[in-house]
Amino acid sequence: MPAVTLIEAVTMAMAYELEHDRDVVVLGEDVGVNGGVFRATAGLQQKFGKERVIDTPLAESMIAGLSVGMATQGMKPVAEIQFLGFIFSAVDQLFTQAARMRNRTRGRLSCPMVVRAPYGGGIHAPEHHSESTEALFAHIPGLKVVIPSNPSRAYGLLLAAIRDPDPVIFLEPKRVYRLVKHEVEDNGEAYPLETCFVDREGSDITLISWGAMMHETLLAAEQLAQEGISAEVIDVATVAPLDVETLVESVEKTGRALIVQEAPKSGAVGSEIAAELAEKAILHLLAPIGRVSGYDTVMPYYKLEKQYMPGVDRIVAKAKELMEYV
Amino acid sequence: MLKTVAKFEIQYLQYLGEDGKPLGKKLPAFAKDHELLKQLYADMVRLRTFDAKAYAMQRTGKMGTYPASLGQEAIGIGYGSVMKKEDVLVPYYRSTGGLLKHGVTMTEILTYWGGDERGSDFSEAREDLPIAVPIATQCLNAAGVATAFKLRGQKRAAVTEIGEGGTSKGDFYEAINVAGVWKLPVLFIVNNNQWAISVPSEIQTACETYAQKALAAGITCLQVDGNDILAVREAAEQALERARAGEGATLLECISYRLCDHTTADDASRYRSQEEVEAAWQREPVRRLRLYMEHLGIWSEADEEALKAKVAEEVEAAVQEFLNLPAPKATDMLDYLYAELPEKLKEQRDELAGGVN
Repeated sequence: MPAVTLIEAVTMAMAYELEHDRDVVVLGEDVGVNGGVFRATAGLQQKFGKERVIDTPLAESMIAGLSVGMATQGMKPVAEIQFLGFIFSAVDQLFTQAARMRNRTRGRLSCPMVVRAPYGGGIHAPEHHSESTEALFAHIPGLKVVIPSNPSRAYGLLLAAIRDPDPVIFLEPKRVYRLVKHEVEDNGEAYPLETCFVDREGSDITLISWGAMMHETLLAAEQLAQEGISAEVIDVATVAPLDVETLVESVEKTGRALIVQEAPKSGAVGSEIAAELAEKAILHLLAPIGRVSGYDTVMPYYKLEKQYMPGVDRIVAKAKELMEYV
Repeated sequence: MLKTVAKFEIQYLQYLGEDGKPLGKKLPAFAKDHELLKQLYADMVRLRTFDAKAYAMQRTGKMGTYPASLGQEAIGIGYGSVMKKEDVLVPYYRSTGGLLKHGVTMTEILTYWGGDERGSDFSEAREDLPIAVPIATQCLNAAGVATAFKLRGQKRAAVTEIGEGGTSKGDFYEAINVAGVWKLPVLFIVNNNQWAISVPSEIQTACETYAQKALAAGITCLQVDGNDILAVREAAEQALERARAGEGATLLECISYRLCDHTTADDASRYRSQEEVEAAWQREPVRRLRLYMEHLGIWSEADEEALKAKVAEEVEAAVQEFLNLPAPKATDMLDYLYAELPEKLKEQRDELAGGVN
């Protein structure tokens, strides 16, 4: 079994689906000859040809709009938006067409398409390259929003996203593209969508996160363990539609919930998780639901990036604060 | 040194004058088929009758906002008459003529504008996209459908339609650009009906023609008299044959005039003169084909009366079918959102099914 990085796992998943499903095509800016600016599509065009791995003109709405048209014909486009910060001109197509096609034709047509985009801060990138806007997409009925946190999950969840009969926004936390390697067997086995993963079991507090923040959250859990606090850690993975059941079950067990997200605090995925926990598990809570998140501001340029991003210390401090309620 | 590196020209196609008489000796081959002419005429009259009925139903509260095609019937009926069943139409809100010709029923169109998603579950045209309401999104979706045809080696074409105002949008430019560079089998119909709600062409563009926008994308273009169904049909047929033969995309600017309001929610008298509208009535397409058929001696007052009675009956039957449609189920709003209802939405579905507002 090869040990691969998150981005290599993304490539593996696309290659597997290109190999096994003639309807799958990969398209986007620089995805062909160049293999993608982050190398996510490296080698795919050489292997599968220019008609399966397609270099498009430079126009994001076009990438999304073409994918919608192709998907209504039963193709399965896997489109790359080079950075999430450039997706906004494609949002019209994603919200008014992709998300609604099945519903507005009462199931006659559908959009089995994936839009992949690297996102998030922490790599000293230029303006518009570091935001975490997953909540915008999570708010739109008809879309699914999936965020892998590590290589094996990137492989299994991307396979599931491509095979899903509905449009999936697949956000890749680029800060951890090459952070760790996992042994991932290229066996085509997908992970389930709409399912949270319990990455560490614990009994005192539930730490809930997704994407790159899973790494800080797991480190925080380790540190808390050394201080005698047993933290359960959940990777949400599919941020919309949420797997509420797994979250509630965990919080019923631990009695405390701390949500960790890189995005701005308000109106965010974490807000929805907090609301669901308040609705369904409040009587099991020993402490208020806690949130450690980015600030409600424009993502700062990289000189202040570190101060913006939630770090292990903030997570540990907040968890300890919640532990004071007994 | 300064030299010319490329030169372009825009051609204009028209066969029939405003008086319904041919401008020259050359007519398209299909014009010899008098039954076909009568069919095209009947289709335009049916569309006009249907529109008038839909308008009246909106006014009496039986249907929602509706955009009519008055004065633009030759466009949709024209291109629709040369689409094959296996071609795909990617319509916008004023594509009623094209939809009807491609097998969408009047009942389905009433159902859609009557606020019911089931209207887009077309019984015949199963692959046609639903009506696009945002401006110009349909152009990219048509290019996507055409991309699928091309990648799969299918000899089919996608057709889409847009108002002249919509050609100011990015999605339109992005679509014609990719259609050119990938040589896609797609036909872009620009319905230049002179008014984008209240905005006339002098506010919309500095171009002399809308057709010339296609030059920048490297696709074939032609300006057509959109009130002359012979010209629209001939131009569309050639474009579709080229598309199916792998010779690439075409843009047709069809010049018409929106004799009606933008929609039932609009009042066009606020922004244009009665004189202008009256002048446009002299150029309109239904009258023109009728005059031509009368000139040929193949159409009489009795034919006209018989046709009007027939289409009125057809429209009335569709209206009855629409009015008698059982109400949709409330849970439909969740049941068709995804292939499978997400666990998270089950609680909401139960609440909805409970029927308490």
